[in-house]
Amino acid sequence: MAPAGRPVASLRESFPGLEILDQAEQLIPYSFDGTAELTQLPAAVVFPRSTGEVASVLRWSSKHKVPVVARGSGTGLSGGSVPVRSGVVLCLSRMDKILEVDAANLTLRAESGAITSAVAAAAEKAGLFYPPDPGSMRISTIGGNVAENSGGLRGLKYGVTRDYVMGLEVVLAGGEVIRTGNQCVKDVAGYTLRDLFIGSEGTLGVITQVLLKLLPPPLSRKTMLAVYDEMEQAARTVSAIIAAKIIPCTLEFLDHVTLNCVEDHAAIGLPRDAEAILLMETDGHPAAVESEAEAMARIARAHGARSLQKAANAAEAASLAAARRTAFAALARVRPTTILEDATVPRSRLAEMIAFIREVSRRHQVKIGTFGHMGDGNLHPTFLTDEKNGEEMRRVEAAMREIFEKAVELGGTITGEHGVGLAKKKFLEAAVGRANVELMRRIKAALDPDGLLNPGKIFDFS
Amino acid sequence: MSSGETLESLDYSILQQCMHCGMCLPTCPTYDATKLEQHSPRGRISLMRAIADGQLSPTRAFGEEMSYCLGCLACETACPAGVDYAHLFETARADAERSGALANPARRLVRFLTLRLLFTHPRWLRMTGRILRLYQASGAQALIRFLRLPRLLPPRLRRWEAMTPPIRPEFSHQLIRPLERPEGKPGHRVALLTGCIQDLAFSEIHRDTADVLLANGCEVVTLPVQPCCGSLHAHNGDPETAAVLARRWLDLLDPFGLDAIITNSAGCGSHLRSYRRLLAGDPVYDRRAEEWDRKIRDIHEWLVEIGFVPPRGEIREVATYHDACHLCHGQGITRQPRQVLASIPGLRVVDLPESEWCCGSAGVYNLTQPEMADRLRNRKVDHILSTSARIVATANPGCHLQIEGGLASRPCPPRVTHPVSLLAAAYRRGGWRRPGSSIAS
Repeated sequence: MAPAGRPVASLRESFPGLEILDQAEQLIPYSFDGTAELTQLPAAVVFPRSTGEVASVLRWSSKHKVPVVARGSGTGLSGGSVPVRSGVVLCLSRMDKILEVDAANLTLRAESGAITSAVAAAAEKAGLFYPPDPGSMRISTIGGNVAENSGGLRGLKYGVTRDYVMGLEVVLAGGEVIRTGNQCVKDVAGYTLRDLFIGSEGTLGVITQVLLKLLPPPLSRKTMLAVYDEMEQAARTVSAIIAAKIIPCTLEFLDHVTLNCVEDHAAIGLPRDAEAILLMETDGHPAAVESEAEAMARIARAHGARSLQKAANAAEAASLAAARRTAFAALARVRPTTILEDATVPRSRLAEMIAFIREVSRRHQVKIGTFGHMGDGNLHPTFLTDEKNGEEMRRVEAAMREIFEKAVELGGTITGEHGVGLAKKKFLEAAVGRANVELMRRIKAALDPDGLLNPGKIFDFS
Repeated sequence: MSSGETLESLDYSILQQCMHCGMCLPTCPTYDATKLEQHSPRGRISLMRAIADGQLSPTRAFGEEMSYCLGCLACETACPAGVDYAHLFETARADAERSGALANPARRLVRFLTLRLLFTHPRWLRMTGRILRLYQASGAQALIRFLRLPRLLPPRLRRWEAMTPPIRPEFSHQLIRPLERPEGKPGHRVALLTGCIQDLAFSEIHRDTADVLLANGCEVVTLPVQPCCGSLHAHNGDPETAAVLARRWLDLLDPFGLDAIITNSAGCGSHLRSYRRLLAGDPVYDRRAEEWDRKIRDIHEWLVEIGFVPPRGEIREVATYHDACHLCHGQGITRQPRQVLASIPGLRVVDLPESEWCCGSAGVYNLTQPEMADRLRNRKVDHILSTSARIVATANPGCHLQIEGGLASRPCPPRVTHPVSLLAAAYRRGGWRRPGSSIAS
């Protein structure tokens, strides 16, 4: 019988061996993820230990019509793993094994609850390289990375999580288990179903295992830091570097507000009057790195860099990267609430977008520090505010809306790497158009007709 | 926090500062062991916030959760947003105590005897120390342990019996004169705090500290009878007594007349810097407390600050260094103790894996949460034994005892000491003599 109002009792009855949390003191800590403002208490949190247990829970969910939200470490930034009312949180943190590193096929197989940095470390131990490096990788799970299609600092050269997923094991609504993809680089047997689940935010199935592609690691790297009086100069430097047929692994910038917050917090000696700093890094074969670094430095100077530092060794490289590394921490301390956004535009429109953000910030009297990935157009306008101040939050809201609209107008997107979740749902249709959202709904209807998997995320479905 | 502060009366922005990003999770020993959010810093903060919001009352489960937290503050080091977890944690523990959710007669008695009686009356504490010493030195402890009589005690008391620290024959006031002057004109005037446990179990570390200060031109004031600093009380939900002790210290010692107030114990140092917060809103003590906080120095921090004299005497050994949580996370001091060790000729210092991971001592945690404490102790000891070190240096009496206890059951364990004791030994071996003494003590 449908356990409306008492899913916990039914769960306990059905799965006597399953670890279940249902007390207020246990549930409150699972009522949010890394996103500001969004909270919802679940009815229960369960911790499966195998694909079989995940399948059983989804069978139960389907039978009793209880919604299920899959969750890893809860570090998402769009509310993707925030629980739904009367729903069950399926926490995959106990399924964290790295199952196999295959050096002959350059692949790694892991359970979806494995921590991203553990995946990277396992690859490194075998002399290989897993490039995606989302900011939360020390605690995020690989399953969560796949479900959100996470990015990171290496996007321009190395791509994002999607580019490293070769195969998945997924439990579908109703409990059926499928495996899609394999260790072959080439495989055109039917639809590439794994791609459907990458970035699906847990709305189409629960990922229980991933098969990842690895690379040989770069042999050397060179780090540089350029300082500019105008953001436009930094943006033009980036365009010119790419036009010169160089693909650096890092092109990270900090705007005026952010670099001043970094100085307030860490006093690392950045020029406070600068409009932009650009952290550049190239990696690969030592000979190529050397000549690319020289060319990049030349281009930076030619485009108005007022100073350019080149790291001679790893310690110097770390000190040049310090500003970028502390950027978010420096911003997060300024006000009680920090909202990290990820509007993204084509590289060529980046300077225009940054100028627009500054103008919006001034007009709405909202403090916004912007930093991010200049190489791939992925910006992090970071709102420094106080969620307890309703009037200020309305201005934040208005500023955010304008920024998203502008990003779309410039041919970009509302989210480059955080996902839609709950936070950006209302902007989705404007960003991708009604036809796209309708097609997404049809796909959802085909895979999860009862709308039990992470309902209410990305778009509404009834 | 002022001593009457509760989660509800607390400045809400301190709670809000947590953006629940999760970066604290991998550094939290209790989350690492359980992978459960309620045992994580952001999980605990969410519970505190629920109480501040009136959505949850300080239940027994809440109180137990706050007691399960080590208070190691590793989360503060990891936190990108600079959340003042120590402040939140102390307020939450005080709330839990006030609510009485954890109370039972035995617990109330133990808390009264320790927090309110023993650790507010330094003379009684020393008397207790003397009795313990008598018990240990007379052979009574050995005999009782040999006869396995502790088996008759309830498990908790049995554990406490096993963990009583070996008491020194002489306490600090018998080793250090109230005022000691260096050779020549003093460059600095400092006070030396001797604490409670350190005074009873490690008074020789105080002697070493005084010597190291003298060797570096400091005039050293050491009050013969010193109250507890109150850290034990603040960390264990008794801010009222912590405030009483802070005021007592401010009456006893005028920070305006000193260049620095020196502590060699991490747990004390971390708390000693927060007197102003503890006495917030007290018009009488406010300025003095502010000056006090400004003058508190960890001994290693002070030595590096004044440019300590490199020792000439050699110590030909391999050593490793364990970061006491309240030194590295609580006070951000990691570099200076290593600089002290690196200055000693002949001493090879090897890195300790996970040196900043809590050893499980955590104040009285090893008494109240034996299971988790043992787990962390074993993890620490395994790492120590994975190095080739014959000496483990650490700067907190709790860590010292915990690690020593953990090593005791292993074959040919390295010895545990304080970095300053090694420095003092190197000074003496290099020919330094305490002014007015003919022997190198």
